[in-house]
Amino acid sequence: MPIDVAQFEAALRAAIPLTALEIEDQSSGCGESFAVVLVSEVFEGKGTLARHRMVNQLLKPWIAQMHAFSQKTYTPQQYEKLKDS
Amino acid sequence: MFRPILNSSLRIARPTASTVVKARLRAYRYLSQEARSTIQKAIEAKPLVLFMKGTPDAPQCGFSRAVVQVLDLHGVPPEKLQSYNVLEDPELRNGIKEFSEWPTIPQVYVNGEFIGGCDILIGMHQSGELETLLENSNIIPKAAEEPAQTTSS
Repeated sequence: MPIDVAQFEAALRAAIPLTALEIEDQSSGCGESFAVVLVSEVFEGKGTLARHRMVNQLLKPWIAQMHAFSQKTYTPQQYEKLKDS
Repeated sequence: MFRPILNSSLRIARPTASTVVKARLRAYRYLSQEARSTIQKAIEAKPLVLFMKGTPDAPQCGFSRAVVQVLDLHGVPPEKLQSYNVLEDPELRNGIKEFSEWPTIPQVYVNGEFIGGCDILIGMHQSGELETLLENSNIIPKAAEEPAQTTSS
């Protein structure tokens, strides 16, 4: 079932306090396959698996409709370091 | 009238994890106790268990292929790896998502513990964490230590 990117983005922003967000529709506009980059202080102190599980839980109804979903999660500090490298 | 009632408690224990998992799991909306224990046995049967789309020789999805490639790169020996093709079994495909509480395939288990999907595996590979995990789980041999400095007499 195709996802409306604008609605998905709104849901993401409502669910998690985000300092930065990148959404890529990897299904060439078909709204079925998404890759997201999420930057938020809520990820502080959490390992990767815990972060991903948290996001999966918050976005459960959305992910359930997608064919594919991948995510990268960073704290604001990690994201800054990434941009500098 | 006496009608024999067949229920799961009367079934004889099945021989191998892979045949059990390939049997129809009754997942529907919830994960039945039987399905749950079937999957539990499967993830403990080998040190590295992979639920994927397709097979390691013929992956049917880019994410599954990526995981297979990464594991191959680390030299995971075939005898330590068990893979399940969820495309062959729709009930496994749903059941494993309920069991792991993880929405996507592929899924990697090491020594019965859920590690993650493609993103996580690749991230761990890039950070070196994956090699450490595979070594510490006795799936791959530890990299040869640097030879100790020997003083010559």
